[in-house]
Amino acid sequence: MAPSPRAERPVRRRPFGKWFADTGWRHLVAIVVSAFAIFPLLYVLSASLNPSGTLTGTNQLFSAVGIDSYVRILTDPQIPYPQWFLNTMIVALITGFTMVFIGALAAYAFSRMRFTGRRVGLITIVVVQMFPQMLAVVAIFLMFSSISDWFPAIGLNTLSGLILIYLGGALGVNTYLMYGFFNTIPKELDEAAKIDGAGHARIFFTIILRLVAPILAVVGLLSFIGIVNEYMIASVLLIDPDKQTLVVGLTKLVSNPRYADWSGFAAGAVMAAIPVVIVFLLLQRYIVGGLTAGATKG
Amino acid sequence: MTDTLSTATDEKAPPQTPRQRSAARMADAAGGRLRWLVLKIVMLAIVDAVALYAVFVLFLHNEWLVLTLVTAVTILVNWIYFSRKQIPAKYLTPGIILLVVFQIFTLSYTAYIGLTNYGTGHNGSKDQAIASLMRSSLVRVEDSPTFDVTVVERVGELGLLVTDPTDGEASLGTNLKPLEPVDATMEGGKAVAVDGWTTLTFADVLARSNEVEELAVPYTDDPNDGAIRTQDGQKGYLYTSTLVYDASADTMTDTTTGTVYTDDGEGAFTSESGEQLLPGWQVFVGFDNFVRALTDTTIRGPLLAVTAWTFVFAIVSVATTFFLGLLLAMLFQNTRMRFKNGYRIMLILPYAFPAFLSALIWAGMMNKSFGFINQVLLGGAEIGWLTDPWIAKFSVLLVNLWLGFPYMFLVCMGALQGIPEEVNEAGVMDGASPWQIFRRIKLPLLLVTVTPLLIASFAFNFNNFNLIYMLTGGGPRFEDTAIPAGHTDLLISMVYKVAFTGQNRDYGLASAFTILIFIVVAVIAVISFRKTKALEELN
Repeated sequence: MAPSPRAERPVRRRPFGKWFADTGWRHLVAIVVSAFAIFPLLYVLSASLNPSGTLTGTNQLFSAVGIDSYVRILTDPQIPYPQWFLNTMIVALITGFTMVFIGALAAYAFSRMRFTGRRVGLITIVVVQMFPQMLAVVAIFLMFSSISDWFPAIGLNTLSGLILIYLGGALGVNTYLMYGFFNTIPKELDEAAKIDGAGHARIFFTIILRLVAPILAVVGLLSFIGIVNEYMIASVLLIDPDKQTLVVGLTKLVSNPRYADWSGFAAGAVMAAIPVVIVFLLLQRYIVGGLTAGATKG
Repeated sequence: MTDTLSTATDEKAPPQTPRQRSAARMADAAGGRLRWLVLKIVMLAIVDAVALYAVFVLFLHNEWLVLTLVTAVTILVNWIYFSRKQIPAKYLTPGIILLVVFQIFTLSYTAYIGLTNYGTGHNGSKDQAIASLMRSSLVRVEDSPTFDVTVVERVGELGLLVTDPTDGEASLGTNLKPLEPVDATMEGGKAVAVDGWTTLTFADVLARSNEVEELAVPYTDDPNDGAIRTQDGQKGYLYTSTLVYDASADTMTDTTTGTVYTDDGEGAFTSESGEQLLPGWQVFVGFDNFVRALTDTTIRGPLLAVTAWTFVFAIVSVATTFFLGLLLAMLFQNTRMRFKNGYRIMLILPYAFPAFLSALIWAGMMNKSFGFINQVLLGGAEIGWLTDPWIAKFSVLLVNLWLGFPYMFLVCMGALQGIPEEVNEAGVMDGASPWQIFRRIKLPLLLVTVTPLLIASFAFNFNNFNLIYMLTGGGPRFEDTAIPAGHTDLLISMVYKVAFTGQNRDYGLASAFTILIFIVVAVIAVISFRKTKALEELN
């Protein structure tokens, strides 16, 4: 998006030419790009407040304002939105938390201990991760079909099975990122604790985990967002509407544009996004640090 | 901290006598390690209990290979956590087990499926296919006796409790298990209940009438003997199949037409005229799927087009998002600019908003007939944002720019802050223009930091399933192809569609595609690692 040519806006500043050459044009670009960034979000907010459920009906921004669609999506027995929300939170919170814990355990071993296979292990972790788990979705589906016969509790159509698959990626880019951060914590701290008589477990749980809290928060948040967004595996594994996550459920709601419950979807989207956006904005400074250390949105 | 005695044992662990070991253990306990020990034992007890249950279930299903693996892993886990050495393993085991089961195993399994004909019509063993074929052609035997039946249930599975009209003996079977004699509770000469199974009430039978009508309990081990079926859950009749399986000749014969179908070696019974009986079964087909993918023109054409587009999409996405992000980050370097924080929050909002929702919202706004962009912004234009092959490609890139630039903006801001101000001053002293300073000094410095991120971003976009699937669904579709692929499909969304959408699911072909993609990804990974030497710092 290049700055548009209609640059001559009346801005009340004395030496206009100089001001514009220095900072004015920056505002212009920032405004244009901000509009580009914000617009779809304003649109979805407006659509969610519009009581007429269709796509065409939502085109006049904020022409009608009401909370009908929020009420509808929360109460309609055909759309188990609260259940989707709950499922998503269960899966994303448990997976995010466990992923960080398992990843931190491994990062501690890689960073603090020297053992045979360490270098190979680190490289394997990074390389295996290059192969996205969702590519193996056929194998995952068939494997879980068999597991369903033996252990229905973690088979197809269960949240626990989905969590387990996601945890398959617990060792990976995240561990690599944490490993880098663990390396920045001085080893003298561990050694001092060791001299005071602390074992490796005590050092890990009471000293290291506190010192690396910022990176744990970043990795946890990125995993959380990634899992909230994951569609492919969730759509293959979760069959009953009651078991589905927000991604799978909301996508089905608008899969046919002609009959889509558009304002219901928009209301669901706003409610789903608000907690994520708030947490994201609160933690954004940490995230910038974490990202430049090597993470990616995924 | 009084347990100094025991600390040395953890890291070095010289050979100890049993007495020394027990002394160390006592010292541990005295030193407050008891809590850790109790916690460890409790955790291991839970793991072992779960494993024991798993072994029991697998034993019931005769899954010996999986049973052996579960047992071996459980013993290994116990050994690792009770051992006083193996400290790194204690930290790595949970992650490694999950990695091996859900990534490395699934990857190898994918390779295996790629060598089979697994898919619609070929998704079980030969025995299952025979049973299923015969079940699908059952007809009631004229003048067969009437059996009194009772519908019973165990963990969701329905069974039939059948009373033989001649000798009054009770027997029990399910869809998968032929009738076997059981000791049943009799009531008026009819078996009505049996231990371990719940008898369905009349209301239950009505509620599950579809399932009850589907029930066909094989009369004996030999599928040619027919099966008992019931319409009302009260009376059952003997049904036999119009297909007869001859085990010695390995043929299926249709008794109504007399056609003989033989095993064609490709996982189905085929008549001489080439007609196949489906369902067939899964067989190993070697590299057939790969050969098909690379030679069949109705598959190779779309595969090549999709591969080319996947690269274009990933490269252009990284380039556009990076340059817009960089431009904005540099804009914000100006210290005199006001309202910076306000702009910044607006600019990163697209990143914070869940990406799948954004893609669906854009899909709505870009709808040809009802979308906001055509209807309002362009005053009723009929531009096929998502339906014209070229415009759809542009739309996908535009939406991905929207989704991706905030990330690059954040990254570039972080990286630019890391470049010291002296660089700028030195450049100015030497008489360089701002553009020269940027081009010759700042950009190279910046690239050092962000190159690994650009590679990661490339990898992410290479597999950006969500955007494509939610925005265009891969469409518009290619014409004249054997697979459901379209102009905006990426390799990954094509795999998903081949495997899980449409009438014909072809797991074998989808897995072959996956392996081809894996090879491409692995080559890129190796090259990029060589170039960036990202792993050089590992010692």
